[in-house]
Amino acid sequence: MEIVLKSHRFRREREADWRRLEQLLDRIEKGRVSTLSEDEIIAIPLLYRSALSSLSTARAISLDKGLLEYLESLSTRAYFCVYGPRATLGERLLRFFGEDWPHAVRSLWRETLLAGALTLLGAVTAFLLMRQSPAWFASFVPMDLAEGRGPEAPAQLLRDTLFGHHGANGLTVFATFLFTHNAQIALLAFALGFACCLPTALLMLYNGLMLGAFFAVFQAHGLGLEFGGWSLIHGVTELFAVTLAGASGFRIGWALAFPGALSRLDALIEAGRHTAVVMAGVIVMLAVAGLLEGFGRQLITLTSLRYALAAASAILWAYYFYFWDA
Amino acid sequence: MRTAALAASAEPRDRRERELVTPEGVDLRLVLADAGERAAAFLLDVVIMAGVLIGLTIVVLIAAWLGKSAKITFEIVPAIWLLGFFLLRNFYFIGFELSPRAASPGKRALGLRVVSRNGGPLTAEAIFARNAMRELEVFLPLTFLVVSASGIDAWITLLGALWCAVFVFFPLFNRDRLRVGDLVGGTWVVHAARRGLRIDLADSSSDSAIKFSAAALDAYGIRELNVLEDVLRSRDPATMKAVAARIRAKIEFAAHEPDAEFLLAYYAALRGRLEQRLLFGRRRRDKHDTG
Repeated sequence: MEIVLKSHRFRREREADWRRLEQLLDRIEKGRVSTLSEDEIIAIPLLYRSALSSLSTARAISLDKGLLEYLESLSTRAYFCVYGPRATLGERLLRFFGEDWPHAVRSLWRETLLAGALTLLGAVTAFLLMRQSPAWFASFVPMDLAEGRGPEAPAQLLRDTLFGHHGANGLTVFATFLFTHNAQIALLAFALGFACCLPTALLMLYNGLMLGAFFAVFQAHGLGLEFGGWSLIHGVTELFAVTLAGASGFRIGWALAFPGALSRLDALIEAGRHTAVVMAGVIVMLAVAGLLEGFGRQLITLTSLRYALAAASAILWAYYFYFWDA
Repeated sequence: MRTAALAASAEPRDRRERELVTPEGVDLRLVLADAGERAAAFLLDVVIMAGVLIGLTIVVLIAAWLGKSAKITFEIVPAIWLLGFFLLRNFYFIGFELSPRAASPGKRALGLRVVSRNGGPLTAEAIFARNAMRELEVFLPLTFLVVSASGIDAWITLLGALWCAVFVFFPLFNRDRLRVGDLVGGTWVVHAARRGLRIDLADSSSDSAIKFSAAALDAYGIRELNVLEDVLRSRDPATMKAVAARIRAKIEFAAHEPDAEFLLAYYAALRGRLEQRLLFGRRRRDKHDTG
């Protein structure tokens, strides 16, 4: 007598469909979506639904653990394939720059103003303190960043910093160091917002202090105007980026501290996803700033031209974020 | 009374199992990754990143040695480590998690993937948010360890370390093993290993001549059946011998067939019996379940 279990017969009848779905999923997960024919693409949702119905049937009639685990794994993979994001990378990028990013930045305007005000406060404070005693410099600026451009530096060295051609030597390293340094500060300002805004506020303030201290050093030698051109040519973009990062941090900390009608967790998730869009753009801005700093500043040594470029970038960013509508 | 018995006999849920009901109404029963698996996956990723950087450095050094240009070495090698490490540690995770598998190579090796907690599609924002937070959880504490030596008050270092520790050990203190990045991104990490379809053990024994009495088939429940299945699939002779001896003693089975044959036949017969009862709405959890 032959014992044929119902669950065994069930498996024998459906197995071919499961195998076909598995094969298609393998190809998709390996990134070869383009090799799928039209028929195969149409078949996926159908096979997915039949796998799901197999899973619920198997749960009801089969005690074969190996089969149940296989069907659970297959259905899960198919679920994420069928209900996963379907936009291509190009479409995602277009949507990001055309809509998502400017909109996200615009809705952060309060936080942006706050972060900007804190930076300005820091800069003014440092400037006023430095006017009283240049000794403050050491407590505002870490030595490895100052590179000898402190209050005791001779005017000629400072002038060389602003207009000299460093030559290629060491420039690549310095530029990459600056980029990663700034990007790290931006990411930190964002991530630290999670601790209820305070560390982000300190970071914004400190960033302003460094700026004010440097300005005071050059101002003392009558190079204030030139320093402005030297730092603003890329600084407009860079400061804007760091300010936006701080604003994102504020939004997250605020959502955590005062979630409003939502639960704390939901408020955090919403703020996190919203500000992540801003942060992705901040990294792009920092890369642009890095290019301006590495090449623009070395090639353009005329102060008026530097100011023109700084003003142009300020207008462009402001227009793009706050006035442009796609 | 009957419904109460049914509810009681429903399968007990695993502590790490989470419900994900598809729009078609089927619960996929996702299983969360535990902290150890998460840590192992992350370590694997770090090793891979370090390997890439070291490999690039070696290539540059060889190129410089061939071209006899020491200057290039001094320019490019630090740039690789500064920029390369930054780009890798940020875009490595984001890039891989944006792909259809939604997992970095370390997670893939452990059969894990990132999933949106609400069951919807995993958006790019969620992936970016969960990875930007890594700066706070891993690299800030690491920087703390490295930099702390230079003239900072020990108390401040201690406080800083404590503060960092909150974020580092965050996953250990919540039920869902979420790190801060998961919390902010609205994601969690679950098992999604690719499993092949294994042979049906009841298939290979369908023409067996061994017969069992009804009492012999009522000796065990579903849990014991699953254990027996694991034993049969692992094919370890010593275990099979021990298990066969215990089953023979329990069901007072006298005949002496080879262990493998006996176990396969008993598995098929027991499964047939339990599945038959399942069709009549009776799920017998284990041997103690006699209701």
